[in-house]
Amino acid sequence: MAVTAQEPVTRRSAFRRPTAETGIWSWITTVDHKRIGILYWLTAFFFFLVGGIEALLIRVQLSRPENTLLSADAYNQLFTMHGLTMIFFALMPLGAAFFNYLLPLQIGARDVAFPRLNAFSYWVFLSAGIFIYSGVLLGGLPDGGWFNYAPLNLIGPDPTATEAAGQIAVAEANHISRMVFYSIGLQIAGIASLASSVNFIVTILNMRAPGMTLMRLPIFTWATFVTSFLMLFAMPVIGVALWQLMFDVRFGTNFFNPAAGGDPVLWQHMFWLFGHPEVYILILPAFGIVSEVLPVFARKPLFGYSAMVFSLIAIAFLGWGVWAHHMFAAGLGPVANAAFGLSTMFIAVPTGVKIFNWLGTLWGGRIRLTTPLLFGVGLVAMFTIGGLSGVTHSIVPSNYQQTDTYYVVAHFHYVMFGGSIFGLFAGTYYWFPKVTGRLLDDRLGKLHFWLMLIGFNVTFGPMHLLGMDGMPRRIYTYADGMGWNFWNLIETIGAFIIAASIAVFIANLAITRRRGEPAGDDPWDARTVEWMTTSPPPHYNFEEVPQISARDELWHRKYVGGATRPPVRVPAGASPDHDPGESAVDDQAQPAHGPGHTGHADIHMPSPSYYPVIAAAGMPIAGWGVYAGGPVQVALLALGGLLILSGLFGWVLEPSAEEHA
Amino acid sequence: MSDMSAPLPGTDYEHSTSLGLSNNKMAMWTFIGSECLFFGALISTYLIYVGRTNEGPTPAGIYDVPFTSVSTFILLMSSLGMVLALAAIQAGEMRKFRTWILATGLMGATFLAGQFYEFTVFAAEEFNLTTSPFSSSFFVLTGFHGLHVALGILMLLAMWTASMMGRLPQQLHTTVENIGLYWHFVDIVWIIIFTVVYLIPAATTAPG
Repeated sequence: MAVTAQEPVTRRSAFRRPTAETGIWSWITTVDHKRIGILYWLTAFFFFLVGGIEALLIRVQLSRPENTLLSADAYNQLFTMHGLTMIFFALMPLGAAFFNYLLPLQIGARDVAFPRLNAFSYWVFLSAGIFIYSGVLLGGLPDGGWFNYAPLNLIGPDPTATEAAGQIAVAEANHISRMVFYSIGLQIAGIASLASSVNFIVTILNMRAPGMTLMRLPIFTWATFVTSFLMLFAMPVIGVALWQLMFDVRFGTNFFNPAAGGDPVLWQHMFWLFGHPEVYILILPAFGIVSEVLPVFARKPLFGYSAMVFSLIAIAFLGWGVWAHHMFAAGLGPVANAAFGLSTMFIAVPTGVKIFNWLGTLWGGRIRLTTPLLFGVGLVAMFTIGGLSGVTHSIVPSNYQQTDTYYVVAHFHYVMFGGSIFGLFAGTYYWFPKVTGRLLDDRLGKLHFWLMLIGFNVTFGPMHLLGMDGMPRRIYTYADGMGWNFWNLIETIGAFIIAASIAVFIANLAITRRRGEPAGDDPWDARTVEWMTTSPPPHYNFEEVPQISARDELWHRKYVGGATRPPVRVPAGASPDHDPGESAVDDQAQPAHGPGHTGHADIHMPSPSYYPVIAAAGMPIAGWGVYAGGPVQVALLALGGLLILSGLFGWVLEPSAEEHA
Repeated sequence: MSDMSAPLPGTDYEHSTSLGLSNNKMAMWTFIGSECLFFGALISTYLIYVGRTNEGPTPAGIYDVPFTSVSTFILLMSSLGMVLALAAIQAGEMRKFRTWILATGLMGATFLAGQFYEFTVFAAEEFNLTTSPFSSSFFVLTGFHGLHVALGILMLLAMWTASMMGRLPQQLHTTVENIGLYWHFVDIVWIIIFTVVYLIPAATTAPG
C-alpha cells in the first residue's frame, strides 16, 4: 500500500483501458449486455451439444440388454454429467442469454445496472464449466447423480468391487477428486447465477424507461424478475450444502457421514430446498418467452396479463414449499409427506392458470403458423403432459411406486425438455432476427420442430411405460427377458431423431449466416419495444430512450383501435400515442440532444474492462488448489485468491466509464 | 424523481433511477437478502447438530462465554464506529472519517484475533473441525462469519487507503454507506450467532 500511495493520483488502474472494438479482445473485455448475451448463448449451446452427446452415449448403452459399450463407472459419470451439464451449463445459461440480451432492450435501457458484473457472471460461468470438465484429466468426472446423495457422495467405491488394495486406494482418491469437482464446480457456477440475479433485479427495478411501470413490463421481463429472486435465494442454500460436502470429502468434517453422527437426510433437504426452486429457475424463462411469442403470432394481446404476472409470483412462492416431494421415500413420516403432497398439488394451480391463459391467447386469434409459434405451442402441449405426470407424483402412495424409476425420468424430461428447451428454441427463432438482422429459414425451422417433437415423444413417451413396469433409473445395463428391450431400443431411435433435429437447426444457423433473409427492425409485427430499434441494435440500444405509455407499447404506436373495433395500422410516425418530443425528457444516460442532433457520440456508455475476466479466472485456480495437495495446494489457493482479490480491487478502483476526451 | 438536490458529480449511478434509489445501494440490499439464506442454512445445520457431540466436548463444556461476550461487545462497538465514520464523511470531515474507519477496522480485527485465539484454545482441547457434527457445524459457521468480517476489514482498509490518497472525495459517501450496510449486516448476523450458538446451548446443556 505504501508503494501505491507514492504513485500519481491520476493513474487509475494497473492496465490501460482496453479499447478494441473488434476482434477477440473486444469480446473478452466487453461489458455490452448484447455481446455478453451472445457469448452466453454460444457457450451454453456448446454445453447443450456436449450434454446431448452424453445422452446419446447413455441411450446407445441402454439400446439392448447387457450391453458392454460403457462400463458402470463410465456410465455413472456420463449420466451425472448429462444432468449437471444440461441444468447448470445449458438450460440456466441459455435462460441467462435471453435475460442478458433482451432485458435492457425490453425495458428501454441502454445496458444493465452493472455491466462489468454482468461480464463477470459470464466469465465465472465459463470458468465453472471448464473447471468441472477438467476432472476428465484429473481422476474422472462427478459420478453420484446430479443430486449426489449422501452418503454415496462420501463412501466412494465399493472395496469388494476392486481386487487389489492399490486399486482401491486409486479409486478412493479418484472418488474424492470427483466430489471436489462437483462441489467446487457447482459452487463457482452458483456465484455466476448469484451475481446475475442481483444485477437483473436492480436493472428491472431501477433502469426502466420513463413510463415503464411494473405492470407495463413485458411478460418476459417479469419472468426474468421472478427467476432472479429464485436464484438469489436458492443459490446460497446449495452453496452452503456444497461447502459442507467439500469439507466432508476433503477436510474430514462430519456433516453427512452417518458413521460419525452426521445426517445424510440433511443433504437431501438442503439439496432439494435449492433443487425445487431450481426447476422453476429452468422453466420460468421459457414460460416468459412463450408468453411473448404467442400474442405476437396470434395477433392478440396476452390473455390475462395480470393473472400471468401473479401466477409467476405464486409459482415462485409455492416453489419454496414443495421440496420434500423429492424425498417421500426417505421416511419423513406421514404428516410431512401429506403436507408436501398437498403443497405440490397446490402449485399445479398457478401453472394451470398459465396453460389456460396461453390457450386463451391463441383462442380467436389470427394465427400465423411460424416456427416460433410452433415451438411455443409445443411447450404448452408437452409441458402439460409433464405437469400432469408431476401431479401424479404428489400422491404419496403412488409416488412410492414411481420413485427412482424411468417414470420420473419421463416426467422431468417432459417439463425440462418439452417445456424449457422448446421454449428456448421458440425464443431463439423469435429473437434471432433482432440479434443478427437475419431471419432463420422457416421451412428448415419447421422441419427442426417436427423432427424434435416426434423424436422427443418417441424417446421419452415410452419411459412412462418402462417406469410403470419397474425399470429403475441410473442403471448402466439390465438383464434380458425383463420385457424392457423393445421400448429401450425405440427410445434410442428417438434420441437419434432429436439429434437429427439439432443437426437441422445447426444447418439452419450456417445457411442463415451466409444468405439469410434480411429481417428489418420488426419482422414479426411485434408488440414490445425491443423491436423499435434496429436489428441488430446499436451498442447503445436506442437513439432515444422511448417514452412508454402502454403495455405492448410498440403495438400501440403502430395501431389504433382494437378493443371494440378491428385495429387499424397507422402510418409510421403518425401515431397519436407517440410524441417523439417526449422521449428526450427524463432521459437517463445521455445529455439532452440539441435540436436536429442525430449523432450518438455523446451517449455515455460503460467502457470495456479486463478485471471481470481476471477475477473470474482466479476461481477455478483456487478450485484446483482444493483438488491438489501439499505445497501445490497452498500455491494454487494463494494464486487464485490473489487473482480474485486483485481483479475485484482493480475493478472497484477503475471508473465504470472513461470520460470522453 | 423529486430529489431536491442535483446529482452529485462522480455518482454517475444516481442520475435518475426508476425508484430514486442508488443502484449500488439496492444491489447491496439484494445481496444481503441472499446472505440471509446463506447464514440461515449454516445456522440451521448447527441447530440440528448441536447435540451430536460424539463423546467430544459439549457446548457448555467448551465455550468460554465471558471471553466471547467481550469480543462480541467489541464487534458491536465497531458498528458504532461505522456510523460515526459515515456521519463524518457526510459532513465532509475527512480526518474524522479516516479515524473512525480505521477504528472500525481495528475493532473488527480485534474480534477476528479473539476468534483466532478461541480456535487455538479449542484445538488444544481436542475440539476441532473433525471431532463431531457439532464441532464441524460450529467451525464452518463461525469460520464463514469470520471470513465475512475479514472481507469487511479489507474493504474498510481499502477505503482508508483511498481516502489517504485523496481518491475518496466526500461525494462518494454513498460507497461508505453501502460498505457500512454490509458491515452492520455482518454484525447483526453475529448477534444471532452469539445468541443461538453460544448463549442458548451453553445455558441449556450440562457441562460435560
